[in-house]
Amino acid sequence: MSAKAIGEAVSGAPSETATPLKTQLRRAERLKKLKYGALIAPLALFLLLTFLWPIGALLMRSIENPEVPEALPQTLRALAGWDRQALPGEDAYAALVADLTENKGSRTLAVAAKRMNMEEPGFRSLFMNTARKLPLEPGVDAREGLLEIDSQWGELGTWQLIARNGRAYTDYFLLAAVDLYRDGAGNIVQADPSASIFVDIFVRTFWMSLIVTVWCVVLGYPVAYLLATQSSRVSNLLMIFVLLPFWTSILVRVAAWIVLLQQGGLINMGLISLGIIDQPLQLVFNRIGVYIAMVHILLPFMILPLYSVMKGISPTYLRAAVSLGCPPFKSYWKVYFPMTIPGLAAGGLLVFIISMGYYITPALLGSPKEQMASYFVAFYTNETTNWGMAAALSAVLLLATLILYFVYNRLVGSATSGARPR
Amino acid sequence: MIPAYASLSERIWFYAFRVGCGLILLFLVIPILVIIPLSFNSDSFLIYPMSGFSLRWYEEFFFSDTWTHALKNSLIVAPFATLLAMVFGTLASIGLTRVDFPGKALVTAILISPMVVPVVIVGVATYLVFAPIGLSGSYVGLILVHAALGVPFVVTTVSATLQGFDYNLVRAAASLGANPVTAFFRVTLPLVAPGVISGGLFAFGISFDEVVVTLFLASPEQTTLPRQMFSGIRENISPAIAAVATILTIFAVLMLLTLEWLRGRSERMRTSASNR
Repeated sequence: MSAKAIGEAVSGAPSETATPLKTQLRRAERLKKLKYGALIAPLALFLLLTFLWPIGALLMRSIENPEVPEALPQTLRALAGWDRQALPGEDAYAALVADLTENKGSRTLAVAAKRMNMEEPGFRSLFMNTARKLPLEPGVDAREGLLEIDSQWGELGTWQLIARNGRAYTDYFLLAAVDLYRDGAGNIVQADPSASIFVDIFVRTFWMSLIVTVWCVVLGYPVAYLLATQSSRVSNLLMIFVLLPFWTSILVRVAAWIVLLQQGGLINMGLISLGIIDQPLQLVFNRIGVYIAMVHILLPFMILPLYSVMKGISPTYLRAAVSLGCPPFKSYWKVYFPMTIPGLAAGGLLVFIISMGYYITPALLGSPKEQMASYFVAFYTNETTNWGMAAALSAVLLLATLILYFVYNRLVGSATSGARPR
Repeated sequence: MIPAYASLSERIWFYAFRVGCGLILLFLVIPILVIIPLSFNSDSFLIYPMSGFSLRWYEEFFFSDTWTHALKNSLIVAPFATLLAMVFGTLASIGLTRVDFPGKALVTAILISPMVVPVVIVGVATYLVFAPIGLSGSYVGLILVHAALGVPFVVTTVSATLQGFDYNLVRAAASLGANPVTAFFRVTLPLVAPGVISGGLFAFGISFDEVVVTLFLASPEQTTLPRQMFSGIRENISPAIAAVATILTIFAVLMLLTLEWLRGRSERMRTSASNR
């Protein structure tokens, strides 16, 4: 703001000079906004390139379906107007023979065959064997030739599958991630119970996160209360017990729990020497071990937000309730506890969100029955290189996480949104 | 303290509560302390009672190529990732605390989202995108993603520090003729330094303990300490793991002490400033 403008403002300048002042002010405000907005830009750009773009690309993989259109362009053109009710006409057979002959032995065909094999086991060999026996003898009819090679070419389902994968985008993977699929006619139906695994996995992921969260609340609440009500000297000292594990590597803590919980570990030895058990208990590489380690790792995430909320509650409220004749437990429940609910919700959601994405702890401390959604994302990436499935499972997991994160943000208010510019 | 007029049930509750809390606090630290003595075990089992005292596992750590290579990689990746996270995060925090614009809450939520997105998704996604452009199996790729994972911690801690920052000081500097860059380095940065450093320590801790993204993105050449520990625990868990764990725990204690010292320092500065 220029000195002249200030002078005019102070002296109560007439209305014709007030307008330029207003514009000047607005311009200065806008400049400030741009200047400080520009400070956010480098980080935004950085995260866009290293974080948002990769995740976007991964999610796209869950709907991309380029394999069949690339390998069988003529067939798909011939099938364009097909009603999928009865076997297609002669021209579709001829186009398929042309496509398979053209792409014989190519990577394009192998990839497309692999893609269709995901939906119908046996399709890879159907395509590869047929292509190997092509081209047909001159003069042989395309349909008869194909049927002679494999009778599956005379089945409606075969052609429906090709037609269904004729477009560059598919909902196959996303549907499969929640145990649904499209039948021959294109209707969405529930997968066979024996083939349904993913809903169970997501339910398991939710359930295990819930158990861990409940334990963190049960164990974290009293500790946070103790820390918040002690003198700062004592509470700083006790805080070390919370912060030391918080800062210790997760792998150190996983290794420590293996040492403690294994068959010849300290806990089993202690229980045996006390005469409580005769045989060592199986405490690790099963669900108990995963729960114990996850609660241990996530407990600080519960205690710290609870502590900061409890620290802000004046003890006089509780005293007031007691002095008005309310029994201690009741006054605690009616007066103190409701005030801690924001901290409880924040800590609980944080623990729940983090445990939903857990991978390392179940992988090292659990049996196959303890693996959570993250494990299967990694599995489809590493073991079968099925990007579509990895991406679709990621999409479901990410959606669940983001919904909870949204609720969390609403509840806590993000770190900076509370700060009004000064 | 418990008042003299407390009834018997209140006394019982008082002590039961304390004993319970004590047990929970022990649950938190004992596993970490239990593994330390085993790193001095002379035979190759991670089981008590120990058969004798020996430093052979520390020798294995400091003189084996696998472990020193992993340590070296961690000490390359973590500082660079921290530096990137600190620079980008601090600048963005200043911007976020100074202006209001439509959608700011959303932008903030996105900047903090690397903290909540399941890390396996980050690992798979960055591998998918970085592999074709030659950034997988490279130090640069690993540093970039580790930095992205550390950014939310810098943004939250620095923003929290900036809440108490008096921007009149910057105005004063400007009115005395300092240009914005000078004002930043001479006025703003020294005052928010504790926040920036604790954010940096968080980011360092994240990168130094990161294993999932490293599993996907790093080739054996870039194996970091946690990555090596992961294979160690999975394949054959020996007292060498306990030795590494002990070293990492000492490291954690140092980080914790530094943070506490920073917190105390900024608290003292705040109280002395308000007393004046």
